[in-house]
Amino acid sequence: MIKYLIALFLGLLIGAGIFVIGLIYNPFNADSGLSPLSVTDSEVIALSFSGVPSEAIVVTNDGDSHVKPFPEKVQQLWEAPIRLSSVMATVMRDARGQTAGLGIKFSSQSERTRLMKGEAMIDSAWYIYLPGRGSLFIEQSENHWEFLRDVIIPAYRSSADSWKGIWLGDLTAGPGALGTAAVTGGTGSLRGLKMEAVESLSARAYSVENGPVAAEGHLLIELPRNMEASHGASSSE
Amino acid sequence: MLKTFIVGIVLGVAAAAAALYAYPAVDQHREASIVAVAANGGNIESFHINMPMDRIMVGASGQKQALPTGLKWPADEELKNVRAELFKIRNARDTVVGVASRTAARDDSGEIIDWVLHLPARGSMFVNMRSEALKDGFRRGELQAGSREFAPLGGLVSERWVPNTSGDADAPVGRIELVTAYMRKQETYMREQETP
Repeated sequence: MIKYLIALFLGLLIGAGIFVIGLIYNPFNADSGLSPLSVTDSEVIALSFSGVPSEAIVVTNDGDSHVKPFPEKVQQLWEAPIRLSSVMATVMRDARGQTAGLGIKFSSQSERTRLMKGEAMIDSAWYIYLPGRGSLFIEQSENHWEFLRDVIIPAYRSSADSWKGIWLGDLTAGPGALGTAAVTGGTGSLRGLKMEAVESLSARAYSVENGPVAAEGHLLIELPRNMEASHGASSSE
Repeated sequence: MLKTFIVGIVLGVAAAAAALYAYPAVDQHREASIVAVAANGGNIESFHINMPMDRIMVGASGQKQALPTGLKWPADEELKNVRAELFKIRNARDTVVGVASRTAARDDSGEIIDWVLHLPARGSMFVNMRSEALKDGFRRGELQAGSREFAPLGGLVSERWVPNTSGDADAPVGRIELVTAYMRKQETYMREQETP
Protein backbone atom coordinates (compact mmCIF):
# COMPACT_ATOMS: atom_id res chain seq x y z
CA MET A 1 0.00 0.00 0.00
CA ILE A 2 2.76 2.48 0.97
CA LYS A 3 4.63 1.94 -2.29
CA TYR A 4 1.45 2.79 -4.22
CA LEU A 5 1.07 5.99 -2.20
CA ILE A 6 4.71 6.89 -2.89
CA ALA A 7 4.18 6.21 -6.63
CA LEU A 8 1.05 8.40 -6.60
CA PHE A 9 2.85 11.20 -4.75
CA LEU A 10 5.83 11.09 -7.13
CA GLY A 11 3.40 11.09 -10.07
CA LEU A 12 1.65 14.16 -8.63
CA LEU A 13 4.96 16.00 -8.28
CA ILE A 14 6.12 15.10 -11.77
CA GLY A 15 2.69 16.00 -13.18
CA ALA A 16 2.81 19.43 -11.55
CA GLY A 17 6.37 19.89 -12.88
CA ILE A 18 5.26 18.93 -16.41
CA PHE A 19 2.44 21.48 -16.13
CA VAL A 20 4.83 24.27 -15.10
CA ILE A 21 7.26 23.45 -17.93
CA GLY A 22 4.36 23.30 -20.40
CA LEU A 23 3.14 26.66 -19.12
CA ILE A 24 6.52 28.34 -19.62
CA TYR A 25 7.29 26.85 -23.01
CA ASN A 26 3.71 26.73 -24.35
CA PRO A 27 4.10 27.14 -28.14
CA PHE A 28 0.56 28.52 -28.39
CA ASN A 29 1.60 31.62 -26.40
CA ALA A 30 3.11 33.24 -29.48
CA ASP A 31 5.35 36.31 -29.37
CA SER A 32 3.55 39.61 -29.87
CA GLY A 33 5.39 40.39 -33.13
CA LEU A 34 5.96 43.75 -34.78
CA SER A 35 4.43 46.88 -33.29
CA PRO A 36 2.06 48.71 -35.66
CA LEU A 37 3.82 52.00 -34.83
CA SER A 38 7.20 50.72 -36.00
CA VAL A 39 5.96 50.96 -39.61
CA THR A 40 3.97 54.20 -39.29
CA ASP A 41 4.63 57.03 -41.71
CA SER A 42 3.18 59.63 -39.31
CA GLU A 43 5.37 61.97 -37.29
CA VAL A 44 6.47 60.36 -34.03
CA ILE A 45 7.99 61.42 -30.72
CA ALA A 46 10.71 58.90 -29.86
CA LEU A 47 11.78 58.91 -26.23
CA SER A 48 14.09 56.65 -24.31
CA PHE A 49 14.90 56.16 -20.65
CA SER A 50 17.20 53.97 -18.60
CA GLY A 51 15.66 50.68 -17.51
CA VAL A 52 18.17 50.39 -14.65
CA PRO A 53 16.65 51.54 -11.32
CA SER A 54 19.85 53.15 -10.04
CA GLU A 55 19.97 55.37 -13.15
CA ALA A 56 16.47 56.77 -12.54
CA ILE A 57 15.71 59.80 -10.36
CA VAL A 58 13.49 57.75 -8.05
CA VAL A 59 12.16 54.19 -8.07
CA THR A 60 9.99 52.88 -5.28
CA ASN A 61 7.88 49.82 -4.62
CA ASP A 62 7.08 47.54 -1.67
CA GLY A 63 10.77 46.86 -1.08
CA ASP A 64 10.42 43.10 -1.61
CA SER A 65 10.42 43.24 -5.38
CA HIS A 66 13.36 42.11 -7.55
CA VAL A 67 13.79 45.81 -8.45
CA LYS A 68 15.35 47.56 -5.47
CA PRO A 69 14.00 51.03 -4.52
CA PHE A 70 16.32 53.92 -5.36
CA PRO A 71 17.63 56.01 -3.60
CA GLU A 72 17.91 53.54 -0.75
CA LYS A 73 16.04 55.73 1.75
CA VAL A 74 13.04 56.47 -0.45
CA GLN A 75 9.67 55.85 1.19
CA GLN A 76 8.35 52.42 0.20
CA LEU A 77 4.84 51.50 -0.90
CA TRP A 78 4.07 49.03 1.88
CA GLU A 79 0.36 49.77 2.46
CA ALA A 80 -1.96 46.99 1.23
CA PRO A 81 -3.72 48.95 -1.56
CA ILE A 82 -0.41 50.02 -3.14
CA ARG A 83 1.78 47.03 -2.26
CA LEU A 84 1.63 45.60 -5.79
CA SER A 85 2.58 48.92 -7.37
CA SER A 86 5.71 50.83 -8.23
CA VAL A 87 6.54 54.41 -9.17
CA MET A 88 9.48 55.64 -11.19
CA ALA A 89 10.58 59.18 -12.04
CA THR A 90 13.19 59.38 -14.76
CA VAL A 91 14.79 61.61 -17.35
CA MET A 92 13.38 61.10 -20.86
CA ARG A 93 15.89 61.41 -23.70
CA ASP A 94 15.27 62.12 -27.36
CA ALA A 95 16.59 60.16 -30.35
CA ARG A 96 19.95 61.98 -30.07
CA GLY A 97 20.35 61.08 -26.42
CA GLN A 98 19.68 64.66 -25.24
CA THR A 99 17.40 65.39 -22.29
CA ALA A 100 13.89 65.82 -23.64
CA GLY A 101 11.91 66.02 -20.41
CA LEU A 102 10.70 64.27 -17.32
CA GLY A 103 8.76 61.00 -17.14
CA ILE A 104 6.86 59.57 -14.19
CA LYS A 105 5.56 56.02 -14.47
CA PHE A 106 2.99 54.37 -12.20
CA SER A 107 2.71 50.58 -12.55
CA SER A 108 0.50 48.05 -10.80
CA GLN A 109 0.17 44.32 -11.22
CA SER A 110 -3.06 43.65 -13.06
CA GLU A 111 -5.85 41.34 -12.00
CA ARG A 112 -6.22 40.48 -15.70
CA THR A 113 -3.03 38.40 -15.43
CA ARG A 114 -3.65 34.93 -16.92
CA LEU A 115 -0.48 32.88 -16.80
CA MET A 116 -2.18 29.99 -18.64
CA LYS A 117 -2.66 32.33 -21.61
CA GLY A 118 0.84 33.82 -21.41
CA GLU A 119 -0.40 37.10 -19.93
CA ALA A 120 1.60 38.61 -17.05
CA MET A 121 -0.18 41.95 -17.11
CA ILE A 122 0.78 45.31 -15.64
CA ASP A 123 -1.54 48.33 -15.67
CA SER A 124 0.55 51.43 -16.06
CA ALA A 125 0.27 55.16 -16.61
CA TRP A 126 2.97 57.57 -17.76
CA TYR A 127 3.06 61.28 -17.13
CA ILE A 128 5.55 62.96 -19.43
CA TYR A 129 6.50 66.62 -19.44
CA LEU A 130 8.45 67.86 -22.44
CA PRO A 131 9.58 71.49 -21.91
CA GLY A 132 8.45 73.67 -24.80
CA ARG A 133 5.98 71.08 -26.08
CA GLY A 134 3.70 70.31 -23.12
CA SER A 135 2.60 67.33 -21.11
CA LEU A 136 1.27 63.88 -22.02
CA PHE A 137 -0.65 61.15 -20.24
CA ILE A 138 -0.20 57.59 -21.47
CA GLU A 139 -2.38 54.76 -20.20
CA GLN A 140 -1.57 51.22 -21.13
CA SER A 141 -1.65 47.59 -20.15
CA GLU A 142 1.66 45.82 -20.52
CA ASN A 143 2.34 42.14 -20.99
CA HIS A 144 5.62 41.14 -19.33
CA TRP A 145 5.27 37.42 -20.11
CA GLU A 146 7.95 37.31 -22.80
CA PHE A 147 10.41 39.23 -20.60
CA LEU A 148 9.60 36.87 -17.71
CA ARG A 149 10.07 33.77 -19.88
CA ASP A 150 13.15 34.90 -21.82
CA VAL A 151 15.06 36.91 -19.18
CA ILE A 152 13.87 36.52 -15.59
CA ILE A 153 13.33 32.73 -15.53
CA PRO A 154 16.71 32.04 -17.24
CA ALA A 155 18.35 34.38 -14.67
CA TYR A 156 16.83 32.34 -11.81
CA ARG A 157 17.92 29.09 -13.48
CA SER A 158 21.48 30.33 -14.00
CA SER A 159 24.05 29.28 -11.40
CA ALA A 160 25.30 32.88 -11.37
CA ASP A 161 21.76 34.17 -10.67
CA SER A 162 22.01 36.42 -13.69
CA TRP A 163 21.21 36.65 -17.38
CA LYS A 164 23.21 38.20 -20.21
CA GLY A 165 22.18 38.49 -23.81
CA ILE A 166 20.12 40.66 -26.10
CA TRP A 167 16.37 40.91 -25.56
CA LEU A 168 14.17 43.38 -27.35
CA GLY A 169 10.41 43.37 -27.10
CA ASP A 170 7.28 45.46 -26.96
CA LEU A 171 5.63 45.64 -23.55
CA THR A 172 2.47 47.52 -24.53
CA ALA A 173 -0.52 45.25 -25.10
CA GLY A 174 -3.45 47.66 -25.02
CA PRO A 175 -5.94 49.19 -24.59
CA GLY A 176 -5.80 50.01 -28.34
CA ALA A 177 -7.16 47.36 -30.71
CA LEU A 178 -3.72 46.95 -32.28
CA GLY A 179 -2.02 46.62 -28.91
CA THR A 180 -1.15 50.28 -28.55
CA ALA A 181 -1.35 52.62 -25.56
CA ALA A 182 -3.81 55.55 -25.41
CA VAL A 183 -2.14 58.96 -25.20
CA THR A 184 -3.82 62.24 -24.24
CA GLY A 185 -2.08 65.57 -24.64
CA GLY A 186 -2.47 67.74 -21.57
CA THR A 187 -0.83 71.11 -22.12
CA GLY A 188 1.14 73.17 -24.61
CA SER A 189 1.10 72.24 -28.29
CA LEU A 190 0.01 68.72 -27.39
CA ARG A 191 -3.14 69.87 -25.53
CA GLY A 192 -6.23 67.91 -26.42
CA LEU A 193 -4.49 65.57 -28.89
CA LYS A 194 -5.45 61.89 -28.87
CA MET A 195 -2.53 59.71 -29.87
CA GLU A 196 -1.18 56.18 -29.68
CA ALA A 197 2.08 54.87 -28.26
CA VAL A 198 4.09 51.72 -27.77
CA GLU A 199 6.60 51.07 -24.98
CA SER A 200 9.41 48.65 -25.62
CA LEU A 201 12.38 47.43 -23.65
CA SER A 202 15.85 46.33 -24.70
CA ALA A 203 17.75 44.37 -22.07
CA ARG A 204 21.33 43.16 -22.09
CA ALA A 205 21.88 42.01 -18.50
CA TYR A 206 19.66 41.06 -15.58
CA SER A 207 20.49 40.05 -12.04
CA VAL A 208 18.19 38.18 -9.64
CA GLU A 209 19.49 40.34 -6.78
CA ASN A 210 19.33 43.79 -8.41
CA GLY A 211 16.88 43.45 -11.31
CA PRO A 212 17.83 45.01 -14.66
CA VAL A 213 21.59 45.73 -14.84
CA ALA A 214 21.75 46.94 -18.45
CA ALA A 215 18.44 47.88 -20.02
CA GLU A 216 16.84 50.75 -21.88
CA GLY A 217 13.18 51.57 -22.33
CA HIS A 218 11.71 53.27 -25.39
CA LEU A 219 8.45 55.09 -25.98
CA LEU A 220 7.23 55.72 -29.50
CA ILE A 221 4.35 58.17 -29.64
CA GLU A 222 2.54 58.60 -32.94
CA LEU A 223 1.30 62.15 -33.53
CA PRO A 224 -1.96 62.69 -35.43
CA ARG A 225 -1.48 63.13 -39.19
CA ASN A 226 -3.18 66.50 -39.17
CA MET A 227 -2.34 68.21 -35.89
CA GLU A 228 -4.42 71.34 -36.61
CA ALA A 229 -7.53 69.32 -37.49
CA SER A 230 -7.05 67.27 -34.32
CA HIS A 231 -6.78 70.44 -32.23
CA GLY A 232 -9.94 71.76 -33.85
CA ALA A 233 -11.82 68.53 -33.22
CA SER A 234 -10.74 68.36 -29.58
CA SER A 235 -11.62 71.98 -28.88
CA SER A 236 -15.12 71.53 -30.36
CA GLU A 237 -15.82 68.48 -28.18
CA MET B 1 2.25 0.45 -9.52
CA LEU B 2 3.11 1.96 -12.93
CA LYS B 3 -0.59 2.64 -13.47
CA THR B 4 -0.75 4.47 -10.12
CA PHE B 5 2.30 6.52 -11.08
CA ILE B 6 0.71 7.50 -14.44
CA VAL B 7 -2.58 8.36 -12.72
CA GLY B 8 -0.52 10.51 -10.31
CA ILE B 9 1.07 12.41 -13.23
CA VAL B 10 -2.35 13.08 -14.79
CA LEU B 11 -3.73 14.19 -11.42
CA GLY B 12 -0.67 16.39 -10.86
CA VAL B 13 -1.18 18.19 -14.20
CA ALA B 14 -4.91 18.58 -13.48
CA ALA B 15 -4.35 19.79 -9.90
CA ALA B 16 -1.75 22.37 -10.96
CA ALA B 17 -4.05 23.66 -13.73
CA ALA B 18 -7.03 23.80 -11.35
CA ALA B 19 -4.99 25.63 -8.70
CA LEU B 20 -3.80 28.22 -11.23
CA TYR B 21 -7.36 28.69 -12.48
CA ALA B 22 -8.96 28.89 -9.02
CA TYR B 23 -6.47 31.20 -7.35
CA PRO B 24 -5.89 34.52 -9.10
CA ALA B 25 -2.24 35.31 -9.76
CA VAL B 26 -2.88 38.93 -8.73
CA ASP B 27 -5.45 40.09 -6.20
CA GLN B 28 -5.34 43.83 -5.56
CA HIS B 29 -6.45 44.99 -2.14
CA ARG B 30 -9.55 47.18 -2.38
CA GLU B 31 -10.80 49.88 -0.07
CA ALA B 32 -14.48 50.71 -0.44
CA SER B 33 -14.89 53.96 -2.35
CA ILE B 34 -16.43 56.85 -0.40
CA VAL B 35 -18.45 58.65 -3.02
CA ALA B 36 -21.12 61.30 -2.46
CA VAL B 37 -23.74 62.32 -4.98
CA ALA B 38 -23.46 65.99 -5.93
CA ALA B 39 -26.58 68.12 -5.64
CA ASN B 40 -26.43 69.10 -9.30
CA GLY B 41 -25.45 65.68 -10.63
CA GLY B 42 -22.26 63.66 -10.76
CA ASN B 43 -20.25 62.06 -7.98
CA ILE B 44 -17.87 63.66 -5.51
CA GLU B 45 -14.88 61.84 -4.06
CA SER B 46 -12.21 63.43 -1.94
CA PHE B 47 -8.62 62.43 -1.34
CA HIS B 48 -5.94 64.00 0.79
CA ILE B 49 -2.22 63.91 1.40
CA ASN B 50 -0.86 64.27 4.93
CA MET B 51 2.21 66.43 4.91
CA PRO B 52 5.03 65.72 5.26
CA MET B 53 4.61 61.97 5.95
CA ASP B 54 2.95 61.09 2.63
CA ARG B 55 5.53 62.85 0.51
CA ILE B 56 7.74 60.40 -1.41
CA MET B 57 9.78 62.80 -3.53
CA VAL B 58 10.35 66.48 -4.10
CA GLY B 59 12.43 67.12 -7.18
CA ALA B 60 13.45 70.61 -8.22
CA SER B 61 16.66 72.27 -9.20
CA GLY B 62 18.50 74.15 -6.50
CA GLN B 63 16.62 72.70 -3.54
CA LYS B 64 18.58 72.75 -0.29
CA GLN B 65 17.40 69.47 1.18
CA ALA B 66 16.75 66.52 -1.09
CA LEU B 67 13.78 64.25 -0.52
CA PRO B 68 14.34 61.33 -0.41
CA THR B 69 17.85 61.50 1.02
CA GLY B 70 20.29 60.75 -1.78
CA LEU B 71 18.07 62.10 -4.56
CA LYS B 72 20.04 63.73 -7.36
CA TRP B 73 17.84 65.99 -9.44
CA PRO B 74 19.21 66.22 -12.99
CA ALA B 75 21.21 69.37 -13.65
CA ASP B 76 19.88 69.64 -17.23
CA GLU B 77 18.83 73.11 -18.35
CA GLU B 78 15.53 71.65 -19.69
CA LEU B 79 14.43 70.65 -16.18
CA LYS B 80 15.44 73.92 -14.50
CA ASN B 81 11.88 75.21 -14.24
CA VAL B 82 10.28 71.88 -13.32
CA ARG B 83 9.20 70.83 -9.85
CA ALA B 84 7.94 67.27 -9.50
CA GLU B 85 6.49 65.74 -6.36
CA LEU B 86 5.34 62.21 -5.58
CA PHE B 87 2.88 61.39 -2.80
CA LYS B 88 0.82 58.66 -1.26
CA ILE B 89 -2.86 59.61 -1.37
CA ARG B 90 -5.50 58.80 1.22
CA ASN B 91 -9.26 58.49 1.09
CA ALA B 92 -11.72 60.15 3.48
CA ARG B 93 -11.06 57.39 6.07
CA ASP B 94 -7.37 58.39 6.10
CA THR B 95 -6.36 55.08 4.48
CA VAL B 96 -3.68 55.09 1.79
CA VAL B 97 -5.39 54.10 -1.47
CA GLY B 98 -2.94 55.18 -4.15
CA VAL B 99 -0.02 57.26 -5.30
CA ALA B 100 0.05 60.60 -7.10
CA SER B 101 2.36 63.01 -8.83
CA ARG B 102 2.15 66.78 -9.00
CA THR B 103 4.27 68.50 -11.61
CA ALA B 104 4.61 72.27 -11.79
CA ALA B 105 6.55 73.80 -14.64
CA ARG B 106 6.94 77.06 -16.49
CA ASP B 107 7.78 77.35 -20.17
CA ASP B 108 6.85 79.43 -23.24
CA SER B 109 3.25 78.22 -23.08
CA GLY B 110 2.86 79.47 -19.50
CA GLU B 111 2.60 77.80 -16.13
CA ILE B 112 1.65 74.14 -15.99
CA ILE B 113 0.33 72.28 -12.97
CA ASP B 114 -0.59 68.65 -13.62
CA TRP B 115 -1.71 65.90 -11.29
CA VAL B 116 -1.77 62.16 -11.96
CA LEU B 117 -3.65 60.06 -9.40
CA HIS B 118 -3.05 56.31 -9.60
CA LEU B 119 -5.36 54.02 -7.65
CA PRO B 120 -4.07 50.48 -8.36
CA ALA B 121 -7.39 48.65 -8.07
CA ARG B 122 -9.34 51.28 -10.02
CA GLY B 123 -7.25 53.17 -12.58
CA SER B 124 -5.53 56.50 -13.09
CA MET B 125 -6.64 60.11 -13.55
CA PHE B 126 -4.85 62.91 -15.37
CA VAL B 127 -5.76 66.41 -14.19
CA ASN B 128 -4.68 69.81 -15.58
CA MET B 129 -4.99 72.53 -12.95
CA ARG B 130 -5.51 76.16 -13.83
CA SER B 131 -2.40 78.08 -12.86
CA GLU B 132 -4.22 80.94 -11.12
CA ALA B 133 -5.28 80.17 -7.54
CA LEU B 134 -8.75 81.18 -6.32
CA LYS B 135 -9.37 82.81 -2.97
CA ASP B 136 -9.01 80.64 0.17
CA GLY B 137 -6.11 78.81 -1.49
CA PHE B 138 -8.25 76.81 -3.91
CA ARG B 139 -7.05 75.86 -7.34
CA ARG B 140 -9.36 74.19 -9.83
CA GLY B 141 -8.65 71.93 -12.76
CA GLU B 142 -10.16 69.54 -15.22
CA LEU B 143 -10.04 65.78 -15.45
CA GLN B 144 -8.45 65.43 -18.89
CA ALA B 145 -8.17 61.67 -19.20
CA GLY B 146 -8.40 58.49 -17.19
CA SER B 147 -7.84 54.79 -17.41
CA ARG B 148 -10.07 51.81 -16.55
CA GLU B 149 -12.77 53.00 -14.08
CA PHE B 150 -11.98 56.65 -14.85
CA ALA B 151 -11.79 56.31 -18.65
CA PRO B 152 -15.40 57.33 -19.36
CA LEU B 153 -15.36 60.17 -16.81
CA GLY B 154 -14.80 63.89 -17.10
CA GLY B 155 -15.25 66.55 -14.48
CA LEU B 156 -13.55 68.99 -12.18
CA VAL B 157 -10.90 68.65 -9.52
CA SER B 158 -9.88 71.15 -6.86
CA GLU B 159 -6.74 71.26 -4.74
CA ARG B 160 -6.38 73.13 -1.48
CA TRP B 161 -3.79 73.36 1.27
CA VAL B 162 -5.36 72.91 4.71
CA PRO B 163 -3.02 73.70 7.63
CA ASN B 164 -3.38 71.61 10.76
CA THR B 165 -4.55 73.60 13.75
CA SER B 166 -4.96 70.75 16.26
CA GLY B 167 -1.63 71.41 17.95
CA ASP B 168 -0.98 67.65 18.46
CA ALA B 169 2.71 66.81 18.43
CA ASP B 170 2.27 63.80 16.08
CA ALA B 171 -0.23 65.49 13.78
CA PRO B 172 0.72 66.37 10.21
CA VAL B 173 1.68 69.97 9.45
CA GLY B 174 -1.28 70.12 7.14
CA ARG B 175 -2.79 68.37 4.20
CA ILE B 176 -3.40 68.80 0.51
CA GLU B 177 -7.05 68.18 -0.22
CA LEU B 178 -8.09 66.97 -3.64
CA VAL B 179 -11.83 66.95 -4.33
CA THR B 180 -12.96 65.34 -7.56
CA ALA B 181 -16.40 65.80 -9.12
CA TYR B 182 -16.87 63.12 -11.78
CA MET B 183 -19.42 62.99 -14.52
CA ARG B 184 -19.84 60.76 -17.54
CA LYS B 185 -18.21 62.54 -20.49
CA GLN B 186 -21.51 62.93 -22.37
CA GLU B 187 -23.04 64.63 -19.31
CA THR B 188 -20.05 66.94 -18.98
CA TYR B 189 -20.39 67.92 -22.64
CA MET B 190 -24.13 68.62 -22.29
CA ARG B 191 -23.57 70.76 -19.19
CA GLU B 192 -20.94 72.82 -20.99
CA GLN B 193 -23.41 73.43 -23.83
CA GLU B 194 -26.11 74.53 -21.38
CA THR B 195 -23.83 76.97 -19.55
CA PRO B 196 -24.38 80.46 -21.04
